[in-house]
Amino acid sequence: MDSAGIIVAFWLLSAIAVGSAVGVFLARNLIHAVMLLVLSFVATAGLFVTLSADFIAAAQVLIYAGAIPVLMVFAVMLTPLAGRDNGNSLYVVPGVLLGGAFAVIVAIVAIDAEWGAAGAAALAGQSFATTADAIGDALMGRYVLAFEVASVLLLAALIGAIVLVREDEPA
Amino acid sequence: MSVELAHYLTVGAMIFGAGIAIALSKRNAIAVLMGVELMLNGVNLTFLAFSRFGGAFDSAEAPLAGHVFVVFVLTVAAAEAAVALAMAVLIYRRRETVDLDRINLMRW
Repeated sequence: MDSAGIIVAFWLLSAIAVGSAVGVFLARNLIHAVMLLVLSFVATAGLFVTLSADFIAAAQVLIYAGAIPVLMVFAVMLTPLAGRDNGNSLYVVPGVLLGGAFAVIVAIVAIDAEWGAAGAAALAGQSFATTADAIGDALMGRYVLAFEVASVLLLAALIGAIVLVREDEPA
Repeated sequence: MSVELAHYLTVGAMIFGAGIAIALSKRNAIAVLMGVELMLNGVNLTFLAFSRFGGAFDSAEAPLAGHVFVVFVLTVAAAEAAVALAMAVLIYRRRETVDLDRINLMRW
């Protein structure tokens, strides 16, 4: 039995997250779509807080709601002749059907499935643990190889993005 | 009335489904990238829900494995967004469009 606060928070944040995700689809202007995307990411960060994932929620706000939309707004602004209308292609009917079918089927399976102890567990009653130190320990211990590979990936993406958009030198 | 694992999985699936619909049906390459980011976001929510309800806080073997996975998803998503948007800008510079219906150089 959870407290009323967490139930209200869950339903409110879920409605905002899903509603603004659908709004990204419906928005007629690309800039509005990016703003709705930010709203969806912030609401999802709130859902992460209800799951006691404090560090991930902060990283979500910094990276997803902060850095990536800035890149997207830059890309929209740098393509001025491409139009801002966020229009649909011919695949709109199969795309919506597939997305809707996926959401409905996974929801039915998730509600019907027998999750055992995990499904019966409630958020209340479990003690809140701060996660940043445990994540840092795991990254520097058990997952150190993946951590180093990720750093190489970030470096490669950084150099690749610079090389791609660099103006051709005259000589 | 309490919030259970299935509720979080349902919300994650709905966000993922909205991402699929956007990624498949938008003409603008940047809008397609937004759909992909939404899909990754739904997956992150699912990871964290399983981590919370699956007792990852108590596990002595691999504590917070779901959280670590989400950290890597965030990293890869940031790298992917940087490269994909650079490619969109490059294609626009060459062809004056990011309309995916008109980028058909590699069509068979």
